[in-house]
Amino acid sequence: MGNLKINISNLQLKNPVMTASGTFGYGTEFCDYMDLSKLGGIFVKGTTLHPRQGNDYPRMAETPSGMLNAVGLQNKGVDYFISNIYPNIKDFDTNMIVNVSGSTIEDYVECAARLADLDKIPGIELNISCPNVKEGGMAFGTSACSAGDVTKAVRKVFGKTLIVKLSPNVTDITEIAKAVEAEGADAVSLINTLLGMAIDIRNQKPVLSTVTGGLSGPCVKPIALRMVWQTYNAVKIPVIGMGGISSWEDAIEFILAGSSAIQIGTYNFIDPTISEKVVDGIDNYLKENKIDSIKDLVGALKID
Amino acid sequence: MLDFTVKENIQLNQTYFLIKLTPKNGEILTDMEPGQFVEVLVENSPRTFLRRPISVNFVEKDKNLLWLLVQAIGDGTRKMSQYVEGDVVNLLVPLGKGFTISGDAGKKSLLVGGGVGTAPLLYLGYLLKRQGQAPIFLLGARSKSDLTLLNEFEKYGEVFCTTEDGSFGEKGYVTNHSRLNRKDFSMIYTCGPKPMMQAVAKYAKQNKIACEVSLENMMGCGIGTCLCCVEKTSDGHICVCTEGPVFNIEKLTWAI
Repeated sequence: MGNLKINISNLQLKNPVMTASGTFGYGTEFCDYMDLSKLGGIFVKGTTLHPRQGNDYPRMAETPSGMLNAVGLQNKGVDYFISNIYPNIKDFDTNMIVNVSGSTIEDYVECAARLADLDKIPGIELNISCPNVKEGGMAFGTSACSAGDVTKAVRKVFGKTLIVKLSPNVTDITEIAKAVEAEGADAVSLINTLLGMAIDIRNQKPVLSTVTGGLSGPCVKPIALRMVWQTYNAVKIPVIGMGGISSWEDAIEFILAGSSAIQIGTYNFIDPTISEKVVDGIDNYLKENKIDSIKDLVGALKID
Repeated sequence: MLDFTVKENIQLNQTYFLIKLTPKNGEILTDMEPGQFVEVLVENSPRTFLRRPISVNFVEKDKNLLWLLVQAIGDGTRKMSQYVEGDVVNLLVPLGKGFTISGDAGKKSLLVGGGVGTAPLLYLGYLLKRQGQAPIFLLGARSKSDLTLLNEFEKYGEVFCTTEDGSFGEKGYVTNHSRLNRKDFSMIYTCGPKPMMQAVAKYAKQNKIACEVSLENMMGCGIGTCLCCVEKTSDGHICVCTEGPVFNIEKLTWAI
């Protein structure tokens, strides 16, 4: 391996490849397919203060080069996570980051405070960008003011690495990024899913029970890449890029556009081993191009 | 995750295809439960993004062959219907929890299938017979040509059929078949369209017969991470791909 190590604030990554929340379970689901210790980190399924049943079925629609989902943050709550899941994942040899969501600022704060006590959770990712919950969720991420408020409140109770996951469903993502940076976020991750919909023309009804849902997969990649590049140029904190990455070449594009690290999401469903292939692909790229460190590639996009 | 080589692709009627595959590098097929499924990576089909979940139709242990019964109804399954001998296909295999088979050889099991939903019942019937049972198959379809592999089913038990147009067996739906008047079953297994399974579940419930159904909710990942294929159960929303696809009807919240 070449020098793939990179830091996101205090978070030390053995390489910049991580898996995105909601697409990789708690890691345990992928143990049969790959070696989790090859990853820079795993962002576990969105966790809320109280258990959530999520939305009604159908929650999914396949779309050209992607899919819509409307899961609605189904999870058993932070206390269940701490007592039943954490013991099984705490010794994985990679960074286990918990994605935190909520309906109110108090929910985010309480959930983050409980996770702050877990030794083997070095950071959290605040999900202020979920399009599939009626209250809270994306509502926090679509205004710079509320995004700043929730970041500020959580920052007070969470001393470890605080990453804020941004919504692409905004007029100017850099405004939101600057607001959370100003309130103490250590990094931003982007993009969450794009709001979309699908219609079944046979019965003239929406495919999803919620009518609209979040679009992900290779079809969103150009948009995600553009937003990463814009955000990289607007803030000083590290950017974690994601959105449709399905190969090591995609990952290199995101790094050149300014991502210090990347997350692989929906493509885990197609190839459960994609993330380790991306690690190897980035490593080869560095060697072939005689680049000493991955750090030299972050934001190295050449614009004449 | 394993690459398989297509050994045979047999067209059974206008849309049904029986695809027989063997692990590409000679790996021995792992033991599979009847009712388990595989996720097929369908390549070179531009409008197919997700893997396609297909139930295990049969396992020929001695030949190391996995059978998949595929109905070509969308782009993904149409592409699969075009597989030719020698094609390499990537599968996640085996996935999910299958039908439960009790060790009691004296049980009288009824296996009710509709359309392509008959697929998992073949391997189930084979295993039941191997155990000493004499399973009874009740298979329904729109028309005679949609009832496929009947000679295979007949190897493992008595076969009754219904067709909606009356072209074969009794006319009507499986749940109207006269064989059901003798309520002498101790177990019912069913797979097919949801309204059919619900009607079968209702019959089972009314007659106090244990019943397992195989659900085919739309899946994203097949391995319990995307939480898209959930079914409402007595334990809340649970993943069909990992907790099922086979469920005891007692666990479901169907209004039957």
